Amino acid sequence: MIEKERARTIYRTMNRIRSFEQKALDLFEANKLRGSVHLYIGEEAVASTVCSRLKTTDYIASTHRGHGHCIAKGADLDKAMAELMGKATGYCKGRSGSMHIADLTQGNLGANAIVGGGIPIAVGSALASKLQHNQNVSVSFFGDGASNEGTFHESLNLAAVWKLPIVFVCENNLYGISVPTWQSTSVKDISVHAQGYDMPGYTVDGNDVEAIDEVFAKAYERAAAGEGPSLIECKTYRWMGHWTGDPQPYRTREEVAEWKEKCPIKRYRAKLLEQGLFTEEELNEIEAAAKKEAEEAAEFALNSPEPDPAGLLNDVFYEGGAE
Amino acid sequence: MSKKTYAMAIRDVMAEEMRRDERVFIMGEDVETLGGVFGCTRDLYKEFGTERVRNTPISEAAIVGAGVGAACTGMRPIVELMYMDFTFVAMDQLINQAAKTRYIFGGNAKIPLVIRGQEGIGRGNAATHSQSVETIFMHFPGLKVACPSTAADAAGLLRTAIRDDNLVMFFEHKALYAQKGEVPDDPEFLVPFGKADIKKAGTDVTIVANLLYVGRALEAAAELEKQGISAEVIDPRTLVPLDMDTIVSSVKKTGRLVVVHEAHRTAGWGAEIAAEVTQQAFPYLDAAPIRLGAAQCPLPFNLGLENAATPQVADIVKAARAVLYRD
Repeated sequence: MIEKERARTIYRTMNRIRSFEQKALDLFEANKLRGSVHLYIGEEAVASTVCSRLKTTDYIASTHRGHGHCIAKGADLDKAMAELMGKATGYCKGRSGSMHIADLTQGNLGANAIVGGGIPIAVGSALASKLQHNQNVSVSFFGDGASNEGTFHESLNLAAVWKLPIVFVCENNLYGISVPTWQSTSVKDISVHAQGYDMPGYTVDGNDVEAIDEVFAKAYERAAAGEGPSLIECKTYRWMGHWTGDPQPYRTREEVAEWKEKCPIKRYRAKLLEQGLFTEEELNEIEAAAKKEAEEAAEFALNSPEPDPAGLLNDVFYEGGAE
Repeated sequence: MSKKTYAMAIRDVMAEEMRRDERVFIMGEDVETLGGVFGCTRDLYKEFGTERVRNTPISEAAIVGAGVGAACTGMRPIVELMYMDFTFVAMDQLINQAAKTRYIFGGNAKIPLVIRGQEGIGRGNAATHSQSVETIFMHFPGLKVACPSTAADAAGLLRTAIRDDNLVMFFEHKALYAQKGEVPDDPEFLVPFGKADIKKAGTDVTIVANLLYVGRALEAAAELEKQGISAEVIDPRTLVPLDMDTIVSSVKKTGRLVVVHEAHRTAGWGAEIAAEVTQQAFPYLDAAPIRLGAAQCPLPFNLGLENAATPQVADIVKAARAVLYRD
């Protein structure tokens, strides 16, 4: 059982992500939001649980489906939604959009639009922590598709050889866009790759908060103790298409409906009630607050100014000169 | 001043900067006990230990990516790539990640990362180990590009690169490593980026060259001098930022331009310079600029073929005479 305050954080984070994503979808469908928007709905348990154990100074590197990680690592929904809408008030001044949101002040090394692109970068932040002799841990989030990229294998090897404080968290949502993992991936469980790099590997139900928490706790402690990396595979499912507008000819309505039954939020809600940690009213309040926050974020973003084209060429380089 | 080789100038600057700033560290293939395949990190592990002079697996994408991650979390990595041809193995991390990080983070990140290594002809390393690839990195925004042609420039530019808070691609030339030159002993000796160096003053024709070709351009200038032609030889030293002012001023004086480099001629950096000069100094030009570069074939192994594929001193002399209508 997860202690009450952290359980509250996890449940609140899952709901904040769900509400944010639903609001982003509404805005996209209303043509208020452009570009690629990859929704995290259905996978909320992974980011919410993992990040509930992280300090602000711990790092994460995320993926093209990155809103959930960003929010779970402490993002302000206003600034995140403003970035999705390309506004000047967004985390990245409207330059990054959905696929590159980053916030180093919260230890978020960024969403990453290149599959597998963020994995070696998280190895780098872990290397920095080792060289700086602090206790910070890095978490690299990536999907099943990234496990077939060279950077995944290179990064696991490098992190293992150097015993870096990092946890590799694979969100296996069973498809790389339209390609099912059985067609693209030689192994049934991606966690078996851990054996090849001499580190612990775990496969867990990615819609089960407590199952994720149990293995992540071990992996985090191992990393922080300087014993090296671990690989955790969380089997989960994205409810929506790969992107908003994906016609999804590659899967059946029945399959999607089946996974919606396994909704991580619904499951954790039932668990929390069963454990007697919270009352129905308390949980309803958390849900309502999350919805309200997402509404307010949308308002904030809609009312925010567009970036000034006069700043187009700013920040290509740091202009502060030689140190 | 101390007389030292280009390679030792590079090594000594890395040592001085590691003494000065504990955030600076080196990682790369064979950089530890071997001291790098070209000796640029020789014995550094003895002073700084293997935490700060780190041997890596042969994993260029992971090494560069780790450099990016470490750079934006408080370290100042120097990544040695054994051959700059290997940048292609790590291109996503260089172009899609490192070069764009600061901008797409809304300016909320610094990437004090140096990627250094050697390139070019001269050792019979053939097609995938002899290329000059600096032009590619000039094309994409977000990377600085340095190319030293002397031991002193190598020292001064590298020190500037290590202290810069941006991604710097540092291109050394394998055929220059053994070349000796006078290098200032001052541990604050910096060669600023974006400042071309006039390696030889002249009045009749401007020759712009980098890396190995600065020496070849100077040889050509000496030959031209005998023929009564005064050539000015300019080394841009950094392609990003690029000091067009020095080049344009020179062409306004001479009215003639030859650009020569070892990078392939087609869309090589010389094309950018020729186009800019044409735009900025058109009324001053007395002849169309000539570009010389490697032929459009992979660099062949055989020495005679390698020579045939790359501009020779005689080709530079011929080009200078052509823009002066002497032939």
